[in-house]
Amino acid sequence: MSPLHASILRRRQEVNPLAHVDWVTIIIYLLMVVAGAISIYAASYDFDNASIFSFDEFSGKQMRWIGLSLFLGLVLLLMDWRVYETYAWPIYIVLAILLAATPLLAHDIKGSLSWIKIGSMSIQPAEFGKFATALALAKLFSGYNFQLNAKPSNYLKALFIILLPFVLILGQKETGSALVYLSLFFVLYREGMSGLVLLAALVSVIIFVVTVKFIDPGPLGLPVGEFVIYVLIMALMSGMLWLYCRRRTVARNVTLGFIVIVGGSLVVASYIEAELPGQWIMMGALSVACGYCLFELMRDYSHQLMVTVGTVAAALAFMFSVSVVFNQVLEPHQQMRIKVALGIEEDLRGAGYNVNQSKIAIGSGGLTGKGFLQGTQTKLKFVPEQHTDFIYCTIGEEEGFVGSVAVLALFLALILRVISIAERQPTVFGRVYAYCVASYFIFHFCINIGMVIGLCPVIGIPLPFFSYGGSSLWGFTILLFILLRIDAARRERHGGRSA
Amino acid sequence: MRKDYQLEKRKWVIIGFLLIVASIYAVRLYSLQIDDGRYKASADTNAFLRKTIYPSRGLMYDRNGELIVFNQPAYDVMMIPRDVQPFDTLDFCHTLNITYDQFMARLKAMKDPRQNPGYSTYTPQKLITHLSAQDYGRLQEKLYRYPGFFIQKRILRQYKHSTAANVLGNLREVSQRDIERDDYYQRGDYIGDLGVEKSYDEYLRGVKGAEILIRDAHGRIQGRYEDGAKDIPAVSGRNLRLALDHELQQYAESLMVNKVGAVVAIEPETGEILCMVSSPTYDPMVLVGRQRGESYAQLKDTPHRPLFDRALMGAYPPGSTFKPANGLALLEEGIINTSTLYPCTGGFVSGNLRVGCHGHPAPLPLKPALQTSCNGYFCWGLKAMLDNNRRRYGSTGEAFEVWKKHLVSLGYGYKLGVDLPGEGRGFIPNEKFYSKIYGQGRWSANTIISIAIGQGEIMATPLQIANLGATIANRGWFITPHVVKEIQDTVLPEQYTTRRYPTIDRRHFEEVAEGMRMAVTGGTCRLANLPDIEVCGKTGTAQNPHGKDHSAFLGFAPYHNPKIAIAVYVENGGFGATYGVPIGSLIMEKYLKGSIAPERKYLEDNMLNSNTAMFTPDK
Repeated sequence: MSPLHASILRRRQEVNPLAHVDWVTIIIYLLMVVAGAISIYAASYDFDNASIFSFDEFSGKQMRWIGLSLFLGLVLLLMDWRVYETYAWPIYIVLAILLAATPLLAHDIKGSLSWIKIGSMSIQPAEFGKFATALALAKLFSGYNFQLNAKPSNYLKALFIILLPFVLILGQKETGSALVYLSLFFVLYREGMSGLVLLAALVSVIIFVVTVKFIDPGPLGLPVGEFVIYVLIMALMSGMLWLYCRRRTVARNVTLGFIVIVGGSLVVASYIEAELPGQWIMMGALSVACGYCLFELMRDYSHQLMVTVGTVAAALAFMFSVSVVFNQVLEPHQQMRIKVALGIEEDLRGAGYNVNQSKIAIGSGGLTGKGFLQGTQTKLKFVPEQHTDFIYCTIGEEEGFVGSVAVLALFLALILRVISIAERQPTVFGRVYAYCVASYFIFHFCINIGMVIGLCPVIGIPLPFFSYGGSSLWGFTILLFILLRIDAARRERHGGRSA
Repeated sequence: MRKDYQLEKRKWVIIGFLLIVASIYAVRLYSLQIDDGRYKASADTNAFLRKTIYPSRGLMYDRNGELIVFNQPAYDVMMIPRDVQPFDTLDFCHTLNITYDQFMARLKAMKDPRQNPGYSTYTPQKLITHLSAQDYGRLQEKLYRYPGFFIQKRILRQYKHSTAANVLGNLREVSQRDIERDDYYQRGDYIGDLGVEKSYDEYLRGVKGAEILIRDAHGRIQGRYEDGAKDIPAVSGRNLRLALDHELQQYAESLMVNKVGAVVAIEPETGEILCMVSSPTYDPMVLVGRQRGESYAQLKDTPHRPLFDRALMGAYPPGSTFKPANGLALLEEGIINTSTLYPCTGGFVSGNLRVGCHGHPAPLPLKPALQTSCNGYFCWGLKAMLDNNRRRYGSTGEAFEVWKKHLVSLGYGYKLGVDLPGEGRGFIPNEKFYSKIYGQGRWSANTIISIAIGQGEIMATPLQIANLGATIANRGWFITPHVVKEIQDTVLPEQYTTRRYPTIDRRHFEEVAEGMRMAVTGGTCRLANLPDIEVCGKTGTAQNPHGKDHSAFLGFAPYHNPKIAIAVYVENGGFGATYGVPIGSLIMEKYLKGSIAPERKYLEDNMLNSNTAMFTPDK
């Protein structure tokens, strides 16, 4: 053994994970956790109980959980990084069994079967399934010569890993927590899945939700939702022609055509009393545009152009079928049930004015907010779940625009940092794991805040590090600190198999 | 593996997606919080006033359908300190009929965290409770001048008669513990205290509703939110039909005036409590409204503690009323049969021990023993079971456990499970109890012989004594006694409709019933012998260390197909026949005949006008 080798070996053994840990992430993490505890204190502040440390109160309990998560984080950092890769499968299997057993052991809490009681505390295994699934997916991708696009069975394996916890958690009647796992499609995209899949998924979700949710009459006699979808399809078509097909002229002509037809109709409609046949105008404009593209196609064949026309036609067909099936085939009570399930409509007798209340609470915050503990909307319990899923409301009301945007910025910083950590990983395992972490955060961030400010369906998932609850806090802490541990070891692993 | 730079570019798509969403959210926040004043105005500050609508509390009827407990409105003046603006204090005080100093004192008390731990400037605080209807009318007219104040309507109780306070119970303001225990309650709510109000609180209280009102920035109410579409209507509490016969209750209370003790009457077939008197008692109206606190303190200081419900909390030596129970246990164990004779030489004499008795022919079998209330018979019987059957039971202790098991099955020693709070369990000792005092195996029947005649360690509540009457009346079963007959729109809990069978064969009950019949026709209860009703009874004269003997009576009538079973207990009333028998028989007569026969009027007058309370030491 040469002296050089020996010194490398020695250095590898002596590497202290704390010396190479990503302190930026840790600082963001600490900021969030502390801000979260303060918000929970504010949200559950009942005028009666003034002690932030009282273990009977939400804030006191959260403090205890924060203390334990810091300890947990430290333990995870001090563990050998190889553990995570070596034991990825066993961890995944244990968690899958736990998730499958949960409905049998669970107490029914508001219809959800996702909580297991251990002693005096309840834990939600769905939160711990996240890191296990991430580890399993990373392990799969880090397999020797594994390439997603190499053969279809690779897709099946990846899908299985993602969909198993998804289905198990659906069985616990926790739709929100289950949907989180679908965010892992971002990871598949990053690892080579066609972007069209993501686009199609995104477009279908948008079309479905918008068509079903906004059914008030809008411009040109169309329901608002349908009008918006038409406009979005037009924008999609222009965008695809421009960026995907790279046919500048065609794109320009089509875009101009759309603007003239839609804009013109709107202007005309505002001057004359008679109602314009909106359905025909929009359909007509899109048909003409497609016809024009087909004509271009014959002149100069391109695969991309074909895809574009197909996409537009598929989107239109999808919108029609949603509209027809939903509004005409289904009975009103069935429509209602779907809407309630999707969080589009809420049970009126319950906290029916949920989102409206949370919008009012946030709106009343103004630029700088009402001040710590001064919020009235959240204090007076107008907003339900104010310390859990609707915690962002308290921030909006008490800290105003400044505070709300600061929280947005914190999340952006965290996610971007995680992505940059992902891209600097020397191994596929590290990168895929890091992208899983980023995906979870993106999903929670988008859905939770979107729901509170009234842009997304109400899907009950927590805001990471802010919402009250030990399981959620621990789940995300584990997720993040395993990533930090893997990242801290990236120099050690340079010598090994690299990506 | 080479790094795939083509794929790495995809991070920009993900980042781009994230940035787009974040900017949409930022724009949305901008429009909600800064651009659109609508939310700010509508929320400024608390656009909504959530006003609780209190449901009407369930009413109570007696067994004949007479309304005996109903509601009266009361008005609390509430204030939200943060919304209060400078106002004409003097005029305000004048309207409320209070002085300026009282008003300031009240404000100070309201802000004192010790007196009012829930104080907050944001939430409604109670300023003045229970406004009279007159003051309410005056204030209502002027209320617009006082932003931040409003009137909260509440429900108080009204009692048609001044009887049955111990059974009906009353309302009090919730305590911090109630609030923690039950989410339904908020500060300032009322909760049932004592009696049926407490045990049936969840049925009586109904479900609170809410009215959502919109207010402007000055706190003035602008109208109802979405025209009341989101209001939640209150659901009235369920009405109760009590098993109590109000007239009987009133009559029994009047007979017990100036006496300390209890009366419990039960309909044997159903277990329904027809009357339940604890004497001295009080007028339930004194615990209603503003004077409640003061009255409560006074009642606590009143001699003989009227708030203590003797009928179900008092633990008394049952005395001779216990003999039927002892007889039943001995019959079931085969220690005696109807022809077993025991001697009574002026009492029970065994070694140096002597329990006195009174003149009657001896030796005698069970029925005459019950008739004459012979102490000797029952002492010999218990001794035969405990001491002479060691081979059968193993030891005195084990024999005693068997005896005890039978008594427990008759309802002694444990709570019966009546639907009223605070029931006592009486006391039946077990083998361990005596072994602890005298040492394992170092006690025998003679050591504890006084329990054979319901003295010594044995304690029972008047309710348990009455329940024994009902069990014998039914010849071998009983239904847990209860005071509520029907709950509106629902059924009684199963325990109040199912029969409970003691571990004693029903044919033995027939013997005991006959003995009790004989006690009335020619024994200790002759005063209870009504002209045309076959009454059965058993007197009790319980010695006690606190003075004169207690007078007790256990009876039921008619002999066949009984309609009423009764227990009377008069503390320090002397012989059972002195107070127990007359009062018990008068109540049975009143219930079964509707009136008192003229030749028995003298008895009624005697009872109405006698006073034994002066013999009762006040604890």
